[in-house]
Amino acid sequence: MSDITLNSAATVPEAAPRKAPVSQVGIVGWLRTNLFSSWLSTAVTLLLAYLIIRWAVGFVEWAFINAIWSVPNNQTQACRDLKGTGACWAVITEKHRFMLFGTYPYEEHWRPFLVCLLFVGLYIVSAMRRFWRWELALVWVATLTVIGVLMWGGVFGLTYVPQERWGGLPITLILATFGLAFAFPLAILVALGRRSSLPAIKAICVLYVELIRGVPLISLLFMASVMFPLFLPEGMNIDKLLRAQIAIILFAAAYLAEVVRAGLQALPKGQYEAADALGLSYWQKTGFIILPQALRLVIPPLVNTFIGFFKDTSLVLIIGIFDLLTAGKTAIIEPAWQGFGVEVYVTIGAIYFVFCFAMSKYSQNLEAELNRHRRR
Amino acid sequence: MSETMTAEYVASAARTDAPPAITLDKVNKWFGALHVLRDVSLQVAQGERVVVCGPSGSGKSTMIRCINRLETHQEGRIIVDNVELSDDVRALDAIRREVGMVFQSFNLFPHLTILENCTLAPIWVRRMPKAEAEDLAMHYLEGVKSPEQAKKYPGQLSGGQQQRVAIARALCMKPRIMLFDEPTSALDPEMIKEVLDTMIGLAADGMTMICVTHEMGFARTVADRVVFMDRGEIVELGTPTEMFERPKTDRLQMFLSQILRGH
Repeated sequence: MSDITLNSAATVPEAAPRKAPVSQVGIVGWLRTNLFSSWLSTAVTLLLAYLIIRWAVGFVEWAFINAIWSVPNNQTQACRDLKGTGACWAVITEKHRFMLFGTYPYEEHWRPFLVCLLFVGLYIVSAMRRFWRWELALVWVATLTVIGVLMWGGVFGLTYVPQERWGGLPITLILATFGLAFAFPLAILVALGRRSSLPAIKAICVLYVELIRGVPLISLLFMASVMFPLFLPEGMNIDKLLRAQIAIILFAAAYLAEVVRAGLQALPKGQYEAADALGLSYWQKTGFIILPQALRLVIPPLVNTFIGFFKDTSLVLIIGIFDLLTAGKTAIIEPAWQGFGVEVYVTIGAIYFVFCFAMSKYSQNLEAELNRHRRR
Repeated sequence: MSETMTAEYVASAARTDAPPAITLDKVNKWFGALHVLRDVSLQVAQGERVVVCGPSGSGKSTMIRCINRLETHQEGRIIVDNVELSDDVRALDAIRREVGMVFQSFNLFPHLTILENCTLAPIWVRRMPKAEAEDLAMHYLEGVKSPEQAKKYPGQLSGGQQQRVAIARALCMKPRIMLFDEPTSALDPEMIKEVLDTMIGLAADGMTMICVTHEMGFARTVADRVVFMDRGEIVELGTPTEMFERPKTDRLQMFLSQILRGH
């Protein structure tokens, strides 16, 4: 380097930051780096774009342009004439009440409808961190009581509806909500028990997890519905839905316990020791120091398991409980509507998706919020 | 490190006639088959400052961790503040309330703010009203020159700041005895002084302290007695002057020459 350039550099106080080349920033820059960086990626981009557009056009034609939205008096011939080129949404128009509420008495459908709204409201309230106080437990007890009263009836001038006639979305929400609400605390206790220094408690928890995890949910449901009543004394009968519910709780808790245990094990030993050295009792240490950190660590696998169990509730169809999926299947048994399974399953899939996707988005949000302390 | 030490020798508050705060009587401990503490006997008077040194693996951390029962000993007796350590949970609770501990790796609770770290135990263990606990915490945070950190999370602090906060957290329980387990070993050199200064201040207030450390300058400044451990035994103990200038055993001599070479 010559003296001249050195001197001239010294007289300029500081070079102003230059702008990045136009080809690197903004939409153009993004497209260039991500989609058209080489001839191969350009080719892949164009091919995928073609396929996506073709499928999208095909779907729009099937779902909207060629679709039939309603038919008079179960006259499905118009739908059949489409030969699959268009969706027969008429089946949903005709059967949506049955899909959503199953065999619940038709004129009482407002009750399960209200129940679904109550569930959704309960989820929204529980999701907001500013309501995370002990009073929330009262809200849960109150809401679930109202839900029970609405579903069963028999009081306040509501007609009694036996559990055998319940069906559809409320069943799915009941199984999932009660299932996870009871399974999660149970899972925490089992996970703590598995790490307990008391041998008996530890052995019971290990045995529980390994036994329950070792059998398929379907076999547990069968046991709950077929075998369990054999062991009950004559004349005593526990509601079938309750038996399925207990099976789901026990099954989910075993899985969740292992997720929680992973979080407990990920915590450094120093956190336990610091809490001990300060004189905190076991439950204070667990409640204030260990669980808040351990649960934050395992939000992704926890929500993964939650979403899995929300959908696994559909397995109750094998013991004849009318959840959302079973109600949908049953809706198209009627000869006039046979063959329109795609429309029904797409609709039911969309309902499941809304709930699962909401859980997923919420968990991402929660993870970012709760782990803020880890950012500098 | 001695040249960085600002404080004069802190006059000992311990008197020979002061009642013992901690008594270890022929304490033995094994990790599996490994004999890590061998007939360790030590008396620490109230207000006395004891520095424990020795090569790594000598059992010095294990010994002080036995004092608040983070480790359990298998033989011998440990009496803290006139309460003997045993399987009795209530005795243990009483001892842990009176004994504060500072760890090598700070062990602050990362999900709580600095203030919450300091007030948690006073509120739940000492049953102190929240406002009072917060005043107390701010008092000790000022004592360790960190009051402006109160609303931050531990992850936002430097190592030296975290260790000072950890000292404040332990002090908020108003312990009568403080245990330090290599408090400066995990720190960058420029942060060691701020932590040692905090500890010197604490010694000047007459706190009973047992400190595992390799900071010989600190030992000279504050220690009433230095304990040298090797292979699970107390090999030698005496005043800092006796120990550092006239070591009696070869083992201590060798250890000191290694330490000095290291500096």
